[in-house]
Amino acid sequence: MTAMCDVAFLLLTFFMLTSNFTAKEPVKVVTPASISEIKIGEIDIETILIDPKGKVYFGIDGQTHRYNLLKAMGDAYKITFTPTELKKYSLRATTGVPMGKMKAFLNLPDEKIDLPSAQTGIPSDTTVNSEFRQWVYYAKKENPKITIAIKGDKETPFPVIKTVMKTLQDLKQVRFNLITGLKEVPKD
Amino acid sequence: MAEINTGGGGGHKGGKKRSKKASTRVDLTPMVDLGFLLITFFMLATTLIKPQTMEINLPRNDKIDKKDQTLVKMSKAITIILGKNNKVFYFFGDTDPKTHLEPKVEVTDFSKTGIRKMLLDKNKDVVDKIKELRKLKDKTRMTDEEFKKEASPIKADKDAPVVMIAATDEAKYDNLVNILDEMQICNVSKYAIIDLSQHHKDLIKPVDK
Repeated sequence: MTAMCDVAFLLLTFFMLTSNFTAKEPVKVVTPASISEIKIGEIDIETILIDPKGKVYFGIDGQTHRYNLLKAMGDAYKITFTPTELKKYSLRATTGVPMGKMKAFLNLPDEKIDLPSAQTGIPSDTTVNSEFRQWVYYAKKENPKITIAIKGDKETPFPVIKTVMKTLQDLKQVRFNLITGLKEVPKD
Repeated sequence: MAEINTGGGGGHKGGKKRSKKASTRVDLTPMVDLGFLLITFFMLATTLIKPQTMEINLPRNDKIDKKDQTLVKMSKAITIILGKNNKVFYFFGDTDPKTHLEPKVEVTDFSKTGIRKMLLDKNKDVVDKIKELRKLKDKTRMTDEEFKKEASPIKADKDAPVVMIAATDEAKYDNLVNILDEMQICNVSKYAIIDLSQHHKDLIKPVDK
């Protein structure tokens, strides 16, 4: 019986040391596969999550950064957030709620806030000052070292990707990464 | 004689002497249960895989003077248009300014005999040179950085084809990632993502059934 216990704790120690916690994402995204083997960095990552229906979610690394980001966005849109609301926002890795509905979203009870239907996505049309553009702008201001990573689903329609990339181009953020799964290099 | 009642409140069995020795055997089953519960938690809540990325550089939107724009040789230009249902349209060069002849638009897909075959054929010189370099790398045990340094002037060769990628509104993100992947597989280093113009739409209309 003690041998079984030893095996169990050895496996446990292995998993604790070699794995990383995954952040809870609002929607499940299946990324397309590519042969690129470059690994994404660990910190200072800005994640733009785009689901198959074209909804855009946004998140950055680091709780203090998220706290400051929401505060800056609140100032820009003339909305004041209470410290509890700011703290609640900073605990979530990626959020996709328009600023107008943000206060209401953050005040939802815990069972409702995790439902996929609670988040409707950030408006990202090509009009000059789309809300998405503001998020990216303030995120860069908050953390100048940030690298942008776009995590799109296989079935995401191309026009949404195009507007996202165009917004990034407008903001002079021309270097970014696309998160993909791994595919074997085809032998020719 | 008083009985030493080790059983607690209700166990009053008259007359028998109970032994004072406490049991030294500890049942470890709950500990193993806990161990496996924790393993299950870690297996479900964490991941061993770090996601991969593809690096993209887009051109800036600054206004460029006409004379500063690098003009692409018509013979080296390939335009790839991504359509719906994983269809790929491509053509070489553009409408001839003198004869106004439309370039021939082909339809293909992402299989091995599709767009990859076309790109490998068009890029044959570069692909062969990179293959040679890779063999050399295995023989002399070059490091990855040295390999990259040697490979980049080969790929940026003046005669290498230039690919322009556009996509219709019905294309999917998967198509974009696949075509960028093909760029890497076929060693094409000169490519750009451009807007879909009406001209492109007119060109693919007759071929898009």
